[in-house]
Amino acid sequence: MRAYTPKDDVQAKPYYTDRFYKSPQVPKHAPESDEVFNADLESIKAKFEVLDAYIQVEQMVVYINAKDNYGVLELMRDELEYTQLSEMSAIDWLADRNGFEVFYQMLSMNKRKRIRIKMFIENGQAVNSVEKLFRSADWSEREMFDMFGIEANGHPFMKRILMPYDWQGNPLLKTYPLQGDEFAAWYEVDKIYGKEAREEIGPEIRDTARIDRYDSDRFSRLGHEVPKGTEITGDEPVNEQAYQEDGGVFLIKKFDKESSVIIDDPQR
Amino acid sequence: MAQHKVNYTQNGGLPAALTSIDKIVNWGRSNSIWALTYGLACCGIEMMASGASRYDFDRFGTIFRASPRQADVMIVAGTLTKKHAEFIKRLYDQMTEPRWVISMGSCANTGGMFNTYATVQGVDRIIPVDLYLPGCAPRPETLQYGVMLLQKKIRANYASKAQKAKRLM
Repeated sequence: MRAYTPKDDVQAKPYYTDRFYKSPQVPKHAPESDEVFNADLESIKAKFEVLDAYIQVEQMVVYINAKDNYGVLELMRDELEYTQLSEMSAIDWLADRNGFEVFYQMLSMNKRKRIRIKMFIENGQAVNSVEKLFRSADWSEREMFDMFGIEANGHPFMKRILMPYDWQGNPLLKTYPLQGDEFAAWYEVDKIYGKEAREEIGPEIRDTARIDRYDSDRFSRLGHEVPKGTEITGDEPVNEQAYQEDGGVFLIKKFDKESSVIIDDPQR
Repeated sequence: MAQHKVNYTQNGGLPAALTSIDKIVNWGRSNSIWALTYGLACCGIEMMASGASRYDFDRFGTIFRASPRQADVMIVAGTLTKKHAEFIKRLYDQMTEPRWVISMGSCANTGGMFNTYATVQGVDRIIPVDLYLPGCAPRPETLQYGVMLLQKKIRANYASKAQKAKRLM
């Protein structure tokens, strides 16, 4: 298994630095190239400040200021016919820009168009809840809070949704280790048995393929079973595998392999 | 009408068989292992298949119960998340003695492919386990064989808890 390395600077420090390498980009088009998108963008621009806008993969991406998110989404829902919030979440840019990018993916069934509203917030900054506009934002904002720690002001029930309420840490942050930090590793042991049981239960064994032939505490060699904790020397007696004890069981007929018949005629 | 003829003169005149308390109690226990329905993930589907007509657990006396108070064995079938860990302990505590636990499938045994922060790395970190069934997911035959091994384990031990338990088989 790969050893864990700290990933605090993984965004700031790319592991591949070729001076002449240009990473391929999905082509961006100007919003003017599509008249529906252009009209939508003009009506957003009339009321709110738009930082950037382009069309990528037939969807328009609009960057706005974080304070405008409720107004922009209300405008899009009520006037521009973008009646569905199909997805919302955040992207961790902490190492690069010390903040998060929050996106709202909007769908218009009438226009058959999708627009992604994006905004940048600083680390620790809260966003305005859009739960009053779209019911789907209810759980999405709770998930965003759970996974990134971004609070949504005005949300009726701002609690974790996936992780337990007493969890510490936000698992979708890029700095969060996949196999959990100290708190996560001992969570269930601490909660059920208390911290003093840590020593007895021991740390998590993360190598699921680990097999120790000489460990009779955890492993049993089929056909050569010995009592728990016995030192394995290599000359363990063979235990014949049988479905039933030799003497048979009271009232139950013993299965006799010798006298059993294998029926190989399908037309019997 | 059928004519039943019982010869009361043979075997000393009584229709009786002699056995020990241990044997008769263990015979009863091992042939009525009621299981707690504990399907946590895809292994639960295999557990249901084992209970359905093709594999038919009823013939072992294994009947799935929805209450831990009526169950003898807890078949942990699936991934145990850390959020759920406290509930498995609570359900285990609610089962009456004697009780057994079968850990079914890779996830319940070791955490399996879920080598992450949210999965308990083996249910034996929370509750004592009697049988580990390998597989992802194990076939119903594996679970059947596991139940038969558990029957054998029950019969190999003393019926009373006061007497020290023997090693399985």
